Amino acid sequence: MCGIAGIIHRGKSNNVGGEMKNMLQSLKHRGPDSTGYALYGQGESNNYILRYKVGENVKEGTTAVKEDPIIYASRRKQVNQKINEAGATLHSEDKITDYSFRYVISYDGDLLDLAKKIEAVEETEILSLGKSLELIKDIGDASVVADQYNLNKFSGTHGIGHTRMATESGVDIRSAHPYWAYPFSDVSVVHNGQLTNYWNNRRALEAKGMRFLSSCDSELIAVYLADKIRNGMDLEEAMKGSLEHLDGVFTYLVATKDKLGMAKDTMAAKPMVLYESDDLVALASEEVAIRSVMPTEIDTYDPYEGEVKVWQA
Amino acid sequence: MASIKGHKSSEMGLHEEVLTGRTQQVFFNPEESENFVYHDSYEVDFNKRTEIDASNIECLEINSKIKELMSQGYGTIVIKNPGSKHSIGVGILNKLNLIVEGSLGYFGIGSVDGPNVRISGRVGWSCAENMMAGKVVIEKNAGSCFGAAIRGGDLICKGSVGARSGIDMKGGTIIVGGDAGAFTGFMMQRGRIVILGDVGPNLADSLYDGTIFVGGKIKSLGADAVEAEMTDLDVSWLKRKLKVAEIDKKVDFEKMTKIVSGKKLWNYDNLEPAERKGAI
Repeated sequence: MCGIAGIIHRGKSNNVGGEMKNMLQSLKHRGPDSTGYALYGQGESNNYILRYKVGENVKEGTTAVKEDPIIYASRRKQVNQKINEAGATLHSEDKITDYSFRYVISYDGDLLDLAKKIEAVEETEILSLGKSLELIKDIGDASVVADQYNLNKFSGTHGIGHTRMATESGVDIRSAHPYWAYPFSDVSVVHNGQLTNYWNNRRALEAKGMRFLSSCDSELIAVYLADKIRNGMDLEEAMKGSLEHLDGVFTYLVATKDKLGMAKDTMAAKPMVLYESDDLVALASEEVAIRSVMPTEIDTYDPYEGEVKVWQA
Repeated sequence: MASIKGHKSSEMGLHEEVLTGRTQQVFFNPEESENFVYHDSYEVDFNKRTEIDASNIECLEINSKIKELMSQGYGTIVIKNPGSKHSIGVGILNKLNLIVEGSLGYFGIGSVDGPNVRISGRVGWSCAENMMAGKVVIEKNAGSCFGAAIRGGDLICKGSVGARSGIDMKGGTIIVGGDAGAFTGFMMQRGRIVILGDVGPNLADSLYDGTIFVGGKIKSLGADAVEAEMTDLDVSWLKRKLKVAEIDKKVDFEKMTKIVSGKKLWNYDNLEPAERKGAI
């Protein structure tokens, strides 16, 4: 059991960081192991925002391998070198934790090349690389992660998030959601459920050159959608295809620079409650999450089996 | 006459009773009125009314308060600001008017026997699961597994419901004013489901027994489900039941689709031979 939530404001920005924190905190009971946010802000003009990590949070309760934190500085130095070698310009760099960083860079080349160079550094994983997406995930509940990464006043149009109960893989940041749809800027995915044909699909996608970093079945959705988008499909079409190709019970949310979508498997075995108005759309595994940002009486409903919906910011 | 004397379990000294006829008769003798009253039920007065503000309290405390108020004789309890919290109103084994002003989360009004419940908002998954008797009316929509495994009573949703409504249902009636999702009536064993709108795929999959009436379109039938002919008795029952359900929707009852089980299960309806004779 995991909890997923998303919110999208139509035509305006809001404190999506604070809203997502409240929504995810009210879903804590569905997954206390880790929390992740994919928030879509105003961006940094035409520059890319790079969120990456060079190690794991090794606090009590994780399954990550302990490393000497001294190694993080050395890896970060190597990442900076790779960014230079790729021809990108580094405009600002923030150290959020010992192992997690936020950079603003300008780059005109192929994102896949840049991503491959950065991830060639040992234990380095790009969490997100986009013009408005900022993907943050770590061990702990929504409040802990929001405070740690200063997300309480993050302004943006939309966001998705996840509270994870580890079932298919370990308790670490690598297996936490959301997943970035590598190598497409600004595409992220969160998922609640189990995919039963994970290995068949993973092998087929790896044969096409797509990259997997974790053993978490949810990553497959992000990679699957990335592959379809790479081949020219639009988001909604790719999501409809996923219902046919992915086996199992699942509900997932996907966000792009200006859209938020949801898909529910054909058995409707995983929950999703939806509220839609002229101003915003809010959706979550449980209505309590929506109530945490909209305490007044509202009309909500459950989307039906096999439904795919996409909303514009 | 069924006897367990000589049975291995008896030889092992596990019990010594002798059962006669259907087991249920031992426990539910209509002559013995105490069989129909729970040992910890309360005498309540429907005219004695009070409120619970649920905004800052959790479900355990809300449910304890309901019980405490019933013990004080309150027969009408209004829950304000339920905030879609889970498991509110579960385990009420008493006559009671429960009015919920707002929406409930998952497992609301579960395992109840007797109360009359009205919810002005929406309910989440598994509303009224295992209900034995009473009436539950929801003004808006409901999530999946609506009325899972209910054994009796009337469960009414004036809006639409999610997937697997009436799953494992063993009796009672579910009435839905709007649409219903996939696998409605999945493994249903007794009772009736009425859906006035459309129904998703695999309706009544693995249906043992019971009847489902659909006013709108059916996406597909599940295994073992077949269409049956509407009778005058069905129409009169539907008219009466929808009136009780307070659903003001124009319905052409004669044109509704009736779904029943197309499969006879071995020894499912295992009446004693004497009772079978009486039925014939």
